[in-house]
Amino acid sequence: MRYSLFSVLGQALRGQRDWKPQWRDAAPRTEYDVVIIGGGGHGLATAYYLAKEHGITNIAVLEKNVIGSGNVGRNTTIIRSNYGLPGNIPFYEHSMKLWEGLEQDINYNAMVSQRGVLNLFHSDGQRDAYARRGNAMRLAGIDAELLDREQVRAMVPFIDFDNARFPVKGGLVQRRGGTVRHDAVAWGYARAADERGVDIVQNCAVTGISRENGRVVGVETSRGFIRAKKVGISVAGSSSLLASMVDMRLPIESHVLQAFVSEGLKPLIDCVMTFGAGHFYVSQSDKGGLVFGGDIDGYNSYAQRGNLATIEDVMEGGMALWPGLGRVRLLRHWGGIMDMSMDGSPIIDRTDIGGLYLNAGWCYGGFKATPAAGFCFAHTIARDEPHPISAAYRLDRFATGHLIDEKGMGAQPNLH
Amino acid sequence: MRIRCPHCGERDNGEFSYLGDATVVRPDGMSASSEAMHDYVYLRDNPAGLHRELWYHGAGCRSWLVVTRDTRTHEIRDVSSARDVALARHTGDAA
Repeated sequence: MRYSLFSVLGQALRGQRDWKPQWRDAAPRTEYDVVIIGGGGHGLATAYYLAKEHGITNIAVLEKNVIGSGNVGRNTTIIRSNYGLPGNIPFYEHSMKLWEGLEQDINYNAMVSQRGVLNLFHSDGQRDAYARRGNAMRLAGIDAELLDREQVRAMVPFIDFDNARFPVKGGLVQRRGGTVRHDAVAWGYARAADERGVDIVQNCAVTGISRENGRVVGVETSRGFIRAKKVGISVAGSSSLLASMVDMRLPIESHVLQAFVSEGLKPLIDCVMTFGAGHFYVSQSDKGGLVFGGDIDGYNSYAQRGNLATIEDVMEGGMALWPGLGRVRLLRHWGGIMDMSMDGSPIIDRTDIGGLYLNAGWCYGGFKATPAAGFCFAHTIARDEPHPISAAYRLDRFATGHLIDEKGMGAQPNLH
Repeated sequence: MRIRCPHCGERDNGEFSYLGDATVVRPDGMSASSEAMHDYVYLRDNPAGLHRELWYHGAGCRSWLVVTRDTRTHEIRDVSSARDVALARHTGDAA
């Protein structure tokens, strides 16, 4: 289905009765070339790029719930490529470039809004660290600007610049960063993959992965056995559960991250802003709600809901930076399950089992990576080798010592 | 979520810090293979269900605790002093 001004006007005259479903609710067939486990943003993007870039269209995406019910519908919608380490920089910049062309590529309005991501700093030492990161980005051809206090004041005049404990000294801004309508990413990739022949199978939980002679041959599901030449696991917080089906232990802990939306307000903030002295990030949705979040709760969880101590901590961070938030009412909050890896960086790789591939360990940064993760995971599955820009995201890097620890926290997942 | 500290009673989880899986045991001394150290440092079972984990009561008695908790519901089944757990493990080794 193509969208145009005429189709919108025509539907308005016909009472909006003739819109068609955007993708087929496929029933699983008995055999596929590739089965992707997990119908989130990453899984759908993987199927789309397998079809588009590699000509593989006999694909099923298996989703245990419905499309959009997992983390792709639970994040704070931020996109950025302001990383500082060589393993990360080219990957996230490729993702940013795919975001910039996404809507034309899949003919779907994902509301990609490059409104800028502003990271504030609050001390001279932090300024040095941010300057170093900005320089690393610029060396790789990515936009980064170090702003002084007055330049930050011009962008966000309402924050507490003279806070006695954490005065705002300036910020690092990536103007190409911003937000994307997260649900539309899931819907757009689902529709685009479906158009190329991919079966999107909902309410189909994988209960086992079958192997013969060290090679994967298919998956047991709640809707029967499905044969597959290749299987890709792309299930975020449930990665360890899927890996345990083939007796693998992963360098991952599952943690709950909460996010929040305020009541709808008139336009207040036109960028994404992060607090450098605590963990608090905020932007404003097109409906007017402030979308914000902070740290993960910090303990293993599969519950998709968190606890009040973390909510209090996030609110304190917000109030320290932006005291005007105190009069704003919270509308709703929710939780998602993050696959927190041991170095804070993801894994896109083959496994020791032939035909079984893994895309996991995205911590709480998976949304911004959606296009590139799908792009690179599709390459890894189709060619049976890593894509050069995701080559550092190896599963065995923990054994070989090639960790990518952007925050320098060590093997403690709840600190990344 | 509240944790019933054996020394302080039932307290809000904001008073505690989390370290992670309490079932992993550091391999002994310098003789451990790099594979064994890799497994100990990086690999986790990460179960959906009962999980034995280490918590530190930093805003209370400053004791390390071993909490048995269901990761699907956050229900806490058991809280023990980490010292007692370690001593029991040591006694088990000797026996």
